[in-house]
Amino acid sequence: MALPDAEHTFAALADRMRGAVAFDARFVGIYSGGAWIAERLQRTIDGDHPVGFIDVSFYRDDFSRKGLKPEVKRTQLPFEVEGATIVLIDDVLYTGRSVRAAINELFDYGRPARVELAVLVDRGGRELPIEATYAGVRIAVARDLSIVLSRGADGRLALATEAGGA
Amino acid sequence: MRNPQLNAAGELTHLLTLEGLPAEIIVRVLDTALPFVSIAERDVKKVPLLRGRSVFNLFFENSTRTRTTFEIAAKRLSADVINLNIGVSSTSKGETLRDTVDNLVAMNADMFVVRHAQSGAPHLIAAHLNRTGRAHVHVVNAGDGRHAHPTQGLLDLFTIRHYKKDFRNLTVAIVGDVLHSRVARSLIHGLTTLGTPEVRVIGPKTLLPAAVQSLGVRVHHDMREGLAGCDVVVMLRLQSERMRGALLPSTGEYFKHYGLTSEKLALARHDAIVMHPGPMNRGVEIDSAVADGERSVILPQVTFGIAVRMAVLSILAGT
Repeated sequence: MALPDAEHTFAALADRMRGAVAFDARFVGIYSGGAWIAERLQRTIDGDHPVGFIDVSFYRDDFSRKGLKPEVKRTQLPFEVEGATIVLIDDVLYTGRSVRAAINELFDYGRPARVELAVLVDRGGRELPIEATYAGVRIAVARDLSIVLSRGADGRLALATEAGGA
Repeated sequence: MRNPQLNAAGELTHLLTLEGLPAEIIVRVLDTALPFVSIAERDVKKVPLLRGRSVFNLFFENSTRTRTTFEIAAKRLSADVINLNIGVSSTSKGETLRDTVDNLVAMNADMFVVRHAQSGAPHLIAAHLNRTGRAHVHVVNAGDGRHAHPTQGLLDLFTIRHYKKDFRNLTVAIVGDVLHSRVARSLIHGLTTLGTPEVRVIGPKTLLPAAVQSLGVRVHHDMREGLAGCDVVVMLRLQSERMRGALLPSTGEYFKHYGLTSEKLALARHDAIVMHPGPMNRGVEIDSAVADGERSVILPQVTFGIAVRMAVLSILAGT
């Protein structure tokens, strides 16, 4: 199926966040796609937006079925979470399970004043009561396909579909 | 016969020894331990990964430190931890190892951390579980006789990689009581598998195993000669409690020849690190000035040990 252009989608996401997101909101990208987007958003959106990264592997709800993935990255939140406005950032919002895991992990670092969610693509199919505050695009994708974000050597983002649900 | 530590898909299902363990699995444990190091630096030092699982520490031989670090590792993963000092309970009433294990499995144990004075005891438990269709219950060897202490070997490898980055250009010296040391055996296997070009063992003839060269190490009886140009110096504890008969004239004499002093350490590379698995005998195998000196990474080893054990427990629980 035809997917929207990732660069256009990123620009649309940045437009939605501009002026709406708190001036001092901390951007927390969920590895790996969300981390790339968080770094790009920091450069694109005015304000004081320190960037952190979360790997949700230790908080996933499918650990007993799937085990630990081979490469777990280190969660890095180089700022106070307590009392902060946090924007969680991910590439694709689908079931909402990664976001649930990320929120849990975030709270082990402190009690944020407010947590928002920004995603490049909202593909529907939620299994939890979680919604994006900002989305670059909302599209419907067949359940047996997963959407994969990649980043080229020049830093350009690209979206593709792969067989097998997320 | 299949390696009893691996399942049909080649995944780690028990950790019994580093001997014969593929390099990818060792590297995966070290890589997985990395994010666990930072969990210890948070306010909430806990992740929910092993929530609802029961880890049984089966210690047939006393060891406060190893048991404590496994207990901390399991608790930081949110597992329930049950400590059993078997030495003073069931076996003294005549129960066999298999019956003890079967009873604990009937209590829904998910994992056994086993320390035993007899080499091969954890292997026996794992083989028993595999054979009786209960391979979903995992076994971690926490030290068996003179055979192996794989999590100590892994934490030593993690520490070396942390400070030296790459194994492929290193000279590592292991000094002292290699004969009684399962720590030395595990470390030698790990270092060799990860491509360390030169591993030396240094000690008196009476404290080196007869065929130690067959492990692929160079043997030195003169400590000064053996330390020359080393990047890593691993001191072993003199295990006086395991010694039968006169292997040594005296601890004072031992310190003179094989104790690590600042003066002897100066023969190693200027940036060499000093390691020790603990507990240390100050003034027997290591001088306090070295143990507390700036080249010593003995306390970081302890901290890394918890992260490495968290990595092992979570990889096993996920297979």
